[in-house]
Amino acid sequence: MGVGLAALTKLAGSTMLDRAGLRRPMQNLLSSATRTGFRAAGAASRGFKSASRGGEATRPAAPGDKGLFDLTPTDEQRMIAETVADFAAEQLRPAAAEADAKLAPPDGLLGRAAELGVTQIGIPEELGGAGTERSVVTSALIAEALAHGDLGLAVAVLAPSAVSTALVLWGDGQQQGDYLPAFVGENVPAAAFALQEAKPLFDPFRPATRARRTPSGYQLDGVKSLVPRAAQAELFVVSAMLEGSGPALFLIESSTAGLTVAPEPAMGLRGAATGLVYLENVRVPAGALLGSPEVFADAVRLSRLGWAALATGTAKAVLDYVIPYVNERTAFGEPISHRQAVAFSVADIAIELEGMRLVTLRAAARAEQGKPYAREVALARKLATDKGMQIGSAGVQLLGGHGFTKEHPVERWYRDLRAIGIAEGMVLL
Amino acid sequence: MINLEPPKKAGALINQAYQAASQVLRPISRTYDRAEHAYPSELDMFAAVLDGLNSSGEGGAGAAGVRRSAESGAADGGNRNGGNLSTVLGTIEMCWGDVALLLSMPRQGLGNAAIASVANEEQLKRFGKTWAAMAITEPDCGSDSAAITTTAVEDGDSYVLNGEKIFVTSGQRADAVVVWATVDKSLGRAAIKSFVVEKGTPGFEVVRLEHKLGIRASDTAVLRFDNCRVPRENLLGSPEVKGFAGVMQTFDNTRPLVAAMAVGVARAALEETARILTEAGVVVDYDKPANTQHAAAASFLELEAAYEAAYLLTLESAWMADNRKPNSLQASMAKAKAGRSVVDITLKCVELAGAFGYTEESLLEKWARDSKILDIFEGTQQIQQLIVARRLLGKSSSELK
Repeated sequence: MGVGLAALTKLAGSTMLDRAGLRRPMQNLLSSATRTGFRAAGAASRGFKSASRGGEATRPAAPGDKGLFDLTPTDEQRMIAETVADFAAEQLRPAAAEADAKLAPPDGLLGRAAELGVTQIGIPEELGGAGTERSVVTSALIAEALAHGDLGLAVAVLAPSAVSTALVLWGDGQQQGDYLPAFVGENVPAAAFALQEAKPLFDPFRPATRARRTPSGYQLDGVKSLVPRAAQAELFVVSAMLEGSGPALFLIESSTAGLTVAPEPAMGLRGAATGLVYLENVRVPAGALLGSPEVFADAVRLSRLGWAALATGTAKAVLDYVIPYVNERTAFGEPISHRQAVAFSVADIAIELEGMRLVTLRAAARAEQGKPYAREVALARKLATDKGMQIGSAGVQLLGGHGFTKEHPVERWYRDLRAIGIAEGMVLL
Repeated sequence: MINLEPPKKAGALINQAYQAASQVLRPISRTYDRAEHAYPSELDMFAAVLDGLNSSGEGGAGAAGVRRSAESGAADGGNRNGGNLSTVLGTIEMCWGDVALLLSMPRQGLGNAAIASVANEEQLKRFGKTWAAMAITEPDCGSDSAAITTTAVEDGDSYVLNGEKIFVTSGQRADAVVVWATVDKSLGRAAIKSFVVEKGTPGFEVVRLEHKLGIRASDTAVLRFDNCRVPRENLLGSPEVKGFAGVMQTFDNTRPLVAAMAVGVARAALEETARILTEAGVVVDYDKPANTQHAAAASFLELEAAYEAAYLLTLESAWMADNRKPNSLQASMAKAKAGRSVVDITLKCVELAGAFGYTEESLLEKWARDSKILDIFEGTQQIQQLIVARRLLGKSSSELK
């Protein structure tokens, strides 16, 4: 809230508000926003516009299909996954409890993640990134490895990649030229892929956020929920119902007039510093529309796939944590793991985890090969939602009262895993 | 390169098995469910086709078993899709047709899997074409197979078997039975060996056939061995008393098969339920959130997700065997997940289909009866959980009982 307040002070003194006739509506909004926290203007965004104009969009090629069942990652994938797993163990896990309490990732973490190349790997070499071909599987392995460290921080780390991947997949030449150079530079901008809205039975295909055509582009109105690092993000990809068309994606820079943000702390994912993004009479140029109407379903699916991959990582963290615990904890004169009631719970965690991991990988492999994957994503999401939560709950249960305290990470994983099945957007593989 | 699609080269086999299942097994499925203990003579001709498939060396659609022979090296940069995967894929299709009829398939018995898994080369040649059933369970010993009481006493060139075996699938119809017996009770599980006993051997008697909840087309026999003398070269594998592993190895190979059976039955029930729901105006949408869809559609998604996990766990365990990776853990995971899922799925499908699904007009009620055994034989749900738990927790069977 500190940052929000500072920005708010700056905004309150601005003569711009009066000139734009925004002071009154802004005051009204502020009074209504106290429930969730103060609203502030979005982060000041850098100048994204590139000098070069036009040009064809660049898309990563789909990898070849050898036609064989194979569960062995490529050498490259194995190396990447191991590196990210080390990073997660050294940088995410030790910082997770404090980030959860402070509602923010630790200073410098996201810069180190960017240095590691988490974002660059999904951007083709032609666009300045490090990727060679489209690899949804590699992205899934990265998400899994990060979430083994911490789910909330994994979302914070992956949030910019969601936007850059959206640009790689659906941006036109202009959009790629304008925005992607920043994502392959040293100072990767905070950015967020915002599909979510705080509505019961929310259907991402029917966002309440509206986009209206104007002579110069579009005008957007609505509220986006659980936006990772909303206050820091310089660029948003936002979903809105485009009048006369259907759900669509729009690129909105954080400094655009009418865009304000407010903290929105939740049960979990607190390290991701989730926030609300308000859009009021937000006017964007015609070039802000990202992709054709057909890509919207892919945006939803690839995001859900990301959540399934994240769930496998955190569920594995639960398994790895409870095994030594139940072996060391004694009751009635022997380790509690000697009791079937305990041991079978551990076995079920492992069985369901392996199942949901395979279903997730199948969906990822189909997506990268250009095969239909809607069914597989839906099933991966279902398993991640149900079994992921079951595993999160078992993790706390196996530690008993100790699991309920913040002495152990299982209570955080319990809270974080409840996001699976609710979350739409935020990540994108 | 991670890819979880069934191998392209298995497409023809899968299609053949599917055609056979839909044209041969499905049409007689209800008939032999009603006529329990009647021999499905339609299968004789069909079994010959399967023999052909299996002799292709790439596995077929029955209990071909698993063999880690030296020549089964990798074909593609260290990744092999071989007989185990093909067998599992074929089995899924066949059990989509009818699991009880697959279990009745001549020369595809679980005993054949055991022979394929632990026999030496000479025995493989001798028994390769024999239809073999598997006899492990006894009246007072089920999952605790180390406690079996059937004895095999060495006597000259023979072993003399004494004891009673129950729940022997194809025990009446098969040409031979692979019998688990102890060569020395005092030595515990290490002394348990498996013996091939051919039909007609004096002292080998089929006592009776069971009447069952499901898989009624498959005969389940009670066998008695009364001073039954078998040649010593019918002892499968090594006669040395050195470990339980020899006979237990069979399970690493048969559990993926039983998991595949469960996957096949589950698929049959899901497909039929999807058809019924569509007729009733309920369409499952993979993009729309489950909670905004019809409750039946949301249920269906949950069932299909369980199916998908079971299916891929099954393929994983077979793929590991193809690539000569130890797969005990994955085989048990697949069996556990597929076993419990097929029961949940088939029972829920009956519920979703309502009274129609409950009547004999529909095969759904039959599949819901057939499915239960798949969570029991070749190691119950609880045994699989024990195996998985012991492996993960590093516990022995005396620590984690």
